[in-house]
Amino acid sequence: MKIHVHTRVNGEATEFLCAADRSLLEVLRDELALTGTKEGCSTGDCGACSVMLDGRLVCACLVLAPEAEGRSIETIEGVAKGADIHVLQRKFLEHAALQCGICTPGFIIAAKALLERNPDPSEEETRYWLAGNLCRCTGYDKIIHAVLDAAADLRGETR
Amino acid sequence: MSEKPRGERKFKYVGTRPIRHDGLDKVTGRAQFGADYALPGMLWGKVLRSPHAHARIRGIDVSAALALDGVKAVITGRDFPDVASEAAEGGEGANDFGDLAMNVMAREKALYHGHAVAAVAATTARIAEEACKRIVVDYEVLKPVLSLDEALAPDAPILHEDARATGHEPLPKGPSNVASRRELGRGDLAKGFADADVIVERDFRTPMVHQGYIEPHAVLARTGQDGRSVVWCCTQGPFMVRAFSAKVLGLSTDMIKVIPTEIGGGFGGKTTVYGEPLAILLSRKAGRPVKLVMSREEVFRATGPTSGTHIRVKMGATRDGKLTAAEATLYYEAGAFKGSPVNAAMMTVFAPYKLANVRIEGWDIVLNKPKVAAYRAPGAPMAALVVETVMDELAEKLGLDPIDLRLENAVHEGVQATYGPKFRAIGFVETLRAAKSHPHYKAPLGKNQGRGVACGFWFNAGMSSSANVSINEDGSAVVVTGNPDIGGSRASLALMAAEELGIPVENVRPVVADTEAIGYTDLTGGSRVTFATGMAVIEAARDVIKQLRARAAQIWSVELGSVAWEDGHALLLTEAPGVHEPLSLAQLAGRAAQTGGPIVGRAALNARGAGPGFATHICDVEVDRETGAVTVLRYTAVQDAGKAIHPSYVEGQMQGGVAQGIGWALNEEYVFDKNGAMENAGFLDYRMPVASDLPMIDTVIVEVPNPMHPYGVRGVGETPIVPPLAAVANAVQHAAGVKLAELPISPPRLLEAIDRAS
Repeated sequence: MKIHVHTRVNGEATEFLCAADRSLLEVLRDELALTGTKEGCSTGDCGACSVMLDGRLVCACLVLAPEAEGRSIETIEGVAKGADIHVLQRKFLEHAALQCGICTPGFIIAAKALLERNPDPSEEETRYWLAGNLCRCTGYDKIIHAVLDAAADLRGETR
Repeated sequence: MSEKPRGERKFKYVGTRPIRHDGLDKVTGRAQFGADYALPGMLWGKVLRSPHAHARIRGIDVSAALALDGVKAVITGRDFPDVASEAAEGGEGANDFGDLAMNVMAREKALYHGHAVAAVAATTARIAEEACKRIVVDYEVLKPVLSLDEALAPDAPILHEDARATGHEPLPKGPSNVASRRELGRGDLAKGFADADVIVERDFRTPMVHQGYIEPHAVLARTGQDGRSVVWCCTQGPFMVRAFSAKVLGLSTDMIKVIPTEIGGGFGGKTTVYGEPLAILLSRKAGRPVKLVMSREEVFRATGPTSGTHIRVKMGATRDGKLTAAEATLYYEAGAFKGSPVNAAMMTVFAPYKLANVRIEGWDIVLNKPKVAAYRAPGAPMAALVVETVMDELAEKLGLDPIDLRLENAVHEGVQATYGPKFRAIGFVETLRAAKSHPHYKAPLGKNQGRGVACGFWFNAGMSSSANVSINEDGSAVVVTGNPDIGGSRASLALMAAEELGIPVENVRPVVADTEAIGYTDLTGGSRVTFATGMAVIEAARDVIKQLRARAAQIWSVELGSVAWEDGHALLLTEAPGVHEPLSLAQLAGRAAQTGGPIVGRAALNARGAGPGFATHICDVEVDRETGAVTVLRYTAVQDAGKAIHPSYVEGQMQGGVAQGIGWALNEEYVFDKNGAMENAGFLDYRMPVASDLPMIDTVIVEVPNPMHPYGVRGVGETPIVPPLAAVANAVQHAAGVKLAELPISPPRLLEAIDRAS
């Protein structure tokens, strides 16, 4: 018995059928082909599957897909607007804040959530906000620089 | 085209920091990694794993699984051919094809908790999981061997009854868990220690730790009615997957094509096969594509960690700080099959120092834990931990600055390494000097704070690489190689092509090809890609340039020898004024058809002369004497990169290696229960560093050109994980006034050491 779920994904009305025990991550990746959201652990420990659910940062692996009924989801595929990439995406590129890139979508979603809430975070605030996102390649240094630089850019300052 | 003298060459593109070519796809979610591929009619695979660390498999009944609606294929060890013992080339570290075959699917015995015993392909992942539960395995549970001491005990259970220890006598007679025992050395050890004024001896144990890449292993395999398979997978080596899978399945190489996907980290852990042969076999049996993705728990339980170790080091020095003798005994856990990185550890352990009298003994020990795989500078970090803590204590006892003691004994060009060869130009001394003059080294420390210094060495690898460079009609270029880009190598390879061709790096498109679209290329590992594949790209670009010069010569009706190539243009070298304006790459490309056809350069080489990497790290910590918690306050890594092609990604390698090393030093370890089941097989309990655990990691790139590379490149990826274990340990020892003997330096362990000291 599958459940018919009505939702908005990256601004578009989206429907899907799913079993009650399917996670939002599974549906995004396997049903909706939105594979930009990554699976690193499926236990909510790595943040690679970070998405926004009604404006709240969540791990898609910890949300049951039927819970998305009537709600709005933003994934990494929705961060760039047409030909324009988000300033965080640009700063990640400029700062070489990715090596393998598997954690990058999750970091950008999580960092965007931070900057929407706090346009001028300190380094420490940024590090604690992003503590739910694991990166094994970079040692976080360039990621933190990219996020702080993006914040400055959004505030109209140069860092 | 003449090679300008080394060190004088002015680079136009090399050394700049362009945006990586694959970056946009990776920040927008478009890049496709291992688990991101799907095919019509695709089945989902699932592996049934042993719940016992050591058990004889008496029988497997798969009938109930096959009877389940939606199950299309089930495989067990019986479906695989017997594979004879044979050294496996093309991976990283010591592997044997016979062992590899048994590691991907257990036969008579399950040798670790998590060892694959069967696999299923079904229409959904849920059905595949359910089918695994219905497989009945008849196990005779055996006593597991879970530590080096247990493995070496006279009455130890034996993992491999037929195996015999190899190496140097004295060796155990008859069956044992010793895979090998080797010795390495020179000089007169007794005399060396007799000449010493101070002798320091340390004994350390380090646990198994995992590479911890964020992307679990994933493979999608499709097999046609002709038995030919196409495999999409996240691997460091598509040619390795092809060769290893063919060997395990008894197929010829041409039956398998491997398409490397983007790879979400590897650090050595993706230099062998696990699910790939299983997915191929399931797809052959089911006649449909099969996707097999590991869970995080499976990654921890059944893929390569690196060795737990027990290491003893003894070193002597004269009053003025000259090392006189050094001795090391290294016991390395191989996991369930022989092949720990102990041999590399033996070669690296004293490599940074000038030593006339050395003796090194290395043991490769099997026990009932997952078979280890390469992990960034395999074997070296744990060995360096012990040597560098001994060096620190020697400096303390001699009243010398720890960097001065190292400078006194540091290897340099012309010195014969403890592992054999004579060093060519290396930058160890330069890293020590740069560290000593760094402001970090003189910064004041507060209460309960301490500073540690440590050094590290790694060989770096060369090996085989192929490259094609083709010129597009408008003068832009495509660079095709066979190395998955694990950390920015597309950018570094494109930079080298741009430098040779004299065109902007943005007009060079770097491509990672599949195993049928480029010549054989060894895997992305051994810090070899920018060095060796870079060398192939430079050679292929020079092949293009030679052709372009020939085209210009043809157009101008002159000899090839009178045409030079400079900054993207063919130039006529003769005196005749104003006769022929230089021809740009774009102009020559536009006339390619009229002058002989497409312009494609190629190179295939076995790169020799990988320049060794050296690093010196400085670490400050603060110790909480109440809780035993350690905070890393400041970290500076200095490393010789030879020539940094894309400095941002060199810094990134250094910072990433440091972060992994800090995790290894402070938090990470495999915890096993008494039956050999890993108790912390998830990211919550296997605690890797997160952003709030670390400070910024300062980097200093030293450039002592490698004389064996056209631009002076030496590998940079592995060296940075060698010093941090000791840099952190030395800092903690100074901050807390303790002597450590075990990693990780977790709060309870440090509290115990503090109690012991006071």
